[in-house]
Amino acid sequence: MDYFIELFFGGLTRGSIYALIALGYTMVYGIIGLINFAHGEIYMIGAFTSFIVATVLSIYGFPLLAIVVIAGLAAAVWSSAYGYTIEKLAYRPLRKAPRLAPLISAIGMSIFLQNYVLLAQTSDFLPFPALIPDFEFMEPVAHIVGSSDLAILVLTTLVMIGLTFLIKFTKIGKAMRATAQDKTMAVLVGINVDRVISATFVIGSALAAIGGMLIASHIGQINFYIGFIAGIKAFTAAVLGGIGSIPGAVLGSLVLGLTESFATGYISSDYEDVFAFSLLVLILIFKPSGLLGKAETKKV
Amino acid sequence: MFPVKELKRSFLISIWFAFLTFPIMVIKVDPIERTVLWRWDNMFFIAFGSFVISILAKVYLLRKERRAGRKKAKKDIAEPFVQRILREPRFLYPLSLAVLVLALVFPMFFSTYQTNIMTTALMYVVLGLGLNIVVGVAGLLDLGYVAFYAVGAYSYALLNLHFGLGFWAVLPIGGLFAAFLGVLLGFPVLRLRGDYLAIVTLGFGEIIRLILENWNDFSQGPSGIANIPRPGFFGMDMSFASGITYIYYIVVALVIITIFVVNRLQNSRLGRAWLALREDEIACQAMGIDKTKTKLIAFSLGAFWAGFVGVIFAAKTTFVNPASFTFLESAIILSIVVLGGMGSIVGVIFGALILILMPEYLRALSEYRMLAFGGILVVMMVFKPDGIISNVRRSYRFKKHHSKEVIEP
Amino acid sequence: MRLGLQKKLFVTAVALGFAMVVPATSFAGDTIKFGVAGAQSGDLAAYGLPTVKAAELVVKQYNAKGGINGKKIELLIEDDVCKPEVATNTATKLVTDGVDVVLGHICSGATKAALPIYKEAGVVVMSPSATDTALTFSGDYPNFFRTIAHNDAQAIKIVEFATDTIGAKKIAVVHDKGDYGKGLADIVKKLIEKSGKAEVVLYEGVTTGAVDYTAIVQKIKRKGADAVIFGGYHPEASKIVSMMKKKRMDTTFISDDGVQGDSFIKVAGKNAEGVYASGPNDNSKNPLDAVARNELKKVYNEDPGEFYENAYSATLALLNAIEKAGSTDMAAVVKALQTENVDTPVGSIHFDEKGDAVGVGFAMYQVKDGQYVEVK
Repeated sequence: MDYFIELFFGGLTRGSIYALIALGYTMVYGIIGLINFAHGEIYMIGAFTSFIVATVLSIYGFPLLAIVVIAGLAAAVWSSAYGYTIEKLAYRPLRKAPRLAPLISAIGMSIFLQNYVLLAQTSDFLPFPALIPDFEFMEPVAHIVGSSDLAILVLTTLVMIGLTFLIKFTKIGKAMRATAQDKTMAVLVGINVDRVISATFVIGSALAAIGGMLIASHIGQINFYIGFIAGIKAFTAAVLGGIGSIPGAVLGSLVLGLTESFATGYISSDYEDVFAFSLLVLILIFKPSGLLGKAETKKV
Repeated sequence: MFPVKELKRSFLISIWFAFLTFPIMVIKVDPIERTVLWRWDNMFFIAFGSFVISILAKVYLLRKERRAGRKKAKKDIAEPFVQRILREPRFLYPLSLAVLVLALVFPMFFSTYQTNIMTTALMYVVLGLGLNIVVGVAGLLDLGYVAFYAVGAYSYALLNLHFGLGFWAVLPIGGLFAAFLGVLLGFPVLRLRGDYLAIVTLGFGEIIRLILENWNDFSQGPSGIANIPRPGFFGMDMSFASGITYIYYIVVALVIITIFVVNRLQNSRLGRAWLALREDEIACQAMGIDKTKTKLIAFSLGAFWAGFVGVIFAAKTTFVNPASFTFLESAIILSIVVLGGMGSIVGVIFGALILILMPEYLRALSEYRMLAFGGILVVMMVFKPDGIISNVRRSYRFKKHHSKEVIEP
Repeated sequence: MRLGLQKKLFVTAVALGFAMVVPATSFAGDTIKFGVAGAQSGDLAAYGLPTVKAAELVVKQYNAKGGINGKKIELLIEDDVCKPEVATNTATKLVTDGVDVVLGHICSGATKAALPIYKEAGVVVMSPSATDTALTFSGDYPNFFRTIAHNDAQAIKIVEFATDTIGAKKIAVVHDKGDYGKGLADIVKKLIEKSGKAEVVLYEGVTTGAVDYTAIVQKIKRKGADAVIFGGYHPEASKIVSMMKKKRMDTTFISDDGVQGDSFIKVAGKNAEGVYASGPNDNSKNPLDAVARNELKKVYNEDPGEFYENAYSATLALLNAIEKAGSTDMAAVVKALQTENVDTPVGSIHFDEKGDAVGVGFAMYQVKDGQYVEVK
């Protein structure tokens, strides 16, 4: 039973990690129907920015709390700036283009950003400072849930609540929902669609950046390639939950994380990803729009 | 000539980029020695570079606008030059012949290295044309195409290792294996639409790669299979250089066959069914097209070519391991199709030649190679979203109308 | 208008094509062409770039002294991203450019794919990092040499250490599913089973780059392993070690040459303490090693990356062999490599007839106070 609980919490942490990245995917997809392959790179840039800022601050002797706050803010600001710029440069001109053109543009952007960080920084793995200290009250259960696991779980919950609030009750959230439903109608009722799309990219990128900082601190290392693998998994999770749906992204991520954890624990980690993708195929066979996705009925 | 307002805008853009790239480009920390390196010169380069580029882009756009205006004035609806050539047999046949002759004499004038990379590029032409059936013509987004390629490659490697089968024997078998797998994959995912299909195919590609990686007894795992024989020519022993040339000719032949088949397919009843399926599934079913069958055929035919090329890949590299069949490979093949122009055969050929030869020739840029590759992909898409040579729909045109009024294409 | 643009593009493309071809073929000067091939971009760039730097530094020294037998040495640096199919292109390009000797490739898979091409062209190849046993033992590649010991030698050392020195009875063997890691783990597993001194309680691969290794670490704990042997590179190793510390485990962690380096200690930090790893014999007292390190610091302001010393040594060995042989003819160079001893950062070495360096062996190290110390 202990083992089960351990695996359960391991899976939960992993799922929450996916969720933080998957939210950005799903938001962008919900609004403009684009698989933003560069989102994983935004996450990586967020992690890198927070790494750079945190290291600089710790060299200048700032206290830990200040480091965490400033590094987190910096990561969010710069990642958002990247998200905004990428949308403007690589996706906006393609809004009316054939469906696959933005996808290829996104793949190109992803390759570009990876190599940009590789060249500007380094190809080596770098040690990420432990931004979350070992809390004393966690010590008795540390072998099951560590402090950084706890931080990730709490943060994911907060983000999820905050985002739901934002989408449901704020003006920009309303505008987002309207844009997602029908872009033309949204324009007609006076919504600045371009601004809404930019806002979506900014919010999604900021989430990815905060996630990037926490996850990197949890894993303890970063390099320019981390975004790619995490991105693909998060994307899988978003689709699993029903792409375009925010609770779906979180649910899909948790399901994926738990599946991987239990598959490794009880069967073998050799085929960890095989289980993950097989699960995806299975779920999509029975629910072609994912767990919480709306089944689209097309009227003729 | 150049408005001051634009200069100001470019200036703001350069400030924005200086800000954007500040942490990554300027600061470099060493977490062990605990030192910080401030590289302010990089900031200057970025600011200056983005200033210049934004001005150039603006100039380009202005000129394009002006040109578009002039074009309208001339009432010239000329379809793109390339397309006109392609439509008229009078141009097309001599041109194809010229290209063919050029392809045939290529190895005589260029070095073994050039022939070798040209072979690679031509292999991607076939891969692109195969994927084009699935993505471009039938409109099914497949992100795991590389799986079929892997199946072909491993068919040859394993059948040769265990049963000593030769290249020519395996060539059709590899294709058939891949096609069979295409059908297998096709069945469960037929209900899925668009991007759901994309992620499932992506997962499928990863599953195949992981099995090859982990199932040691079957595939020898990540250490791969070495010493795969090159194709034989009536039992002759060939030197390395002539071996390369020989494979080159095999691939050229394959390209010709593929172009022929794909071209015939596109104009066939099946091809039109695919197009109809891409445009509107529901209408398609209403017209009495068997959706399941049509989709499955698209999947398996696309896979068939990948299997074919996979066999050649194994023979050319003489070594296979799972590292060659990653998602990035699928992404590149997809880029070939989209960049070239979906559904257009000539477009895909151009796309493959550009995307595969470009990184080779960009070698001069050494470590900036992939950076340039990614950047060019974005720029190409932004400026030519329909691909280099976009496909023109078959349509009938009435001569009478043509001369009277302007039809915007 | 469109027509004009298309035509211009075409002409430019053709011109570009020719411009690329011409220098490649017309450069037959009086230089020794020294090829360097390996991953220089992509996710494995970290393993290939230090090799380029090592070659650049050594070649610069030689050229400053006036080259070899009056000939300057020219570097031809080519990227293979550690992919077999790219490696064949790389090799073909190098051969077409008339390369005399090649330092590389980095990954075993890429090396295997490229070797037949070099063999055909009579080019001697020396890898600083490809450890796959078959590369030298299969006898297929008489032109292949390496300055790193092969997997078998390393596995024997690791297993002996785990079963005899540590006295582990239950061993978990974990690998990274990679060419190198899994190859090594396979041999380790076989050796443990053959010796009968311990039991392999777990044999599994982890997914490289996965965001979290909790599950596999919990599994190691559950299996009651008293030692973990990990085959793979340092990023995964440090993730596992950190996770084990987080889960308050004190299972002995033993790993390989991919982990025995400063980069592991840098990344894993405090968690690295106590980790055992096999690595090349201690060179720290070797003055040449200090020279190699200092130069890197001076020119690039960097600490040695992966395989830097091996690459530095391989460059020295190759150039020395060419000098002694008096030509770049394959037979002569091979003979010189096998007979002439050369002083390098990894020791005074020559090569046996299979192609492995004699005098390059393995020792066990443990991290103590942030440094690898040899375990006597």
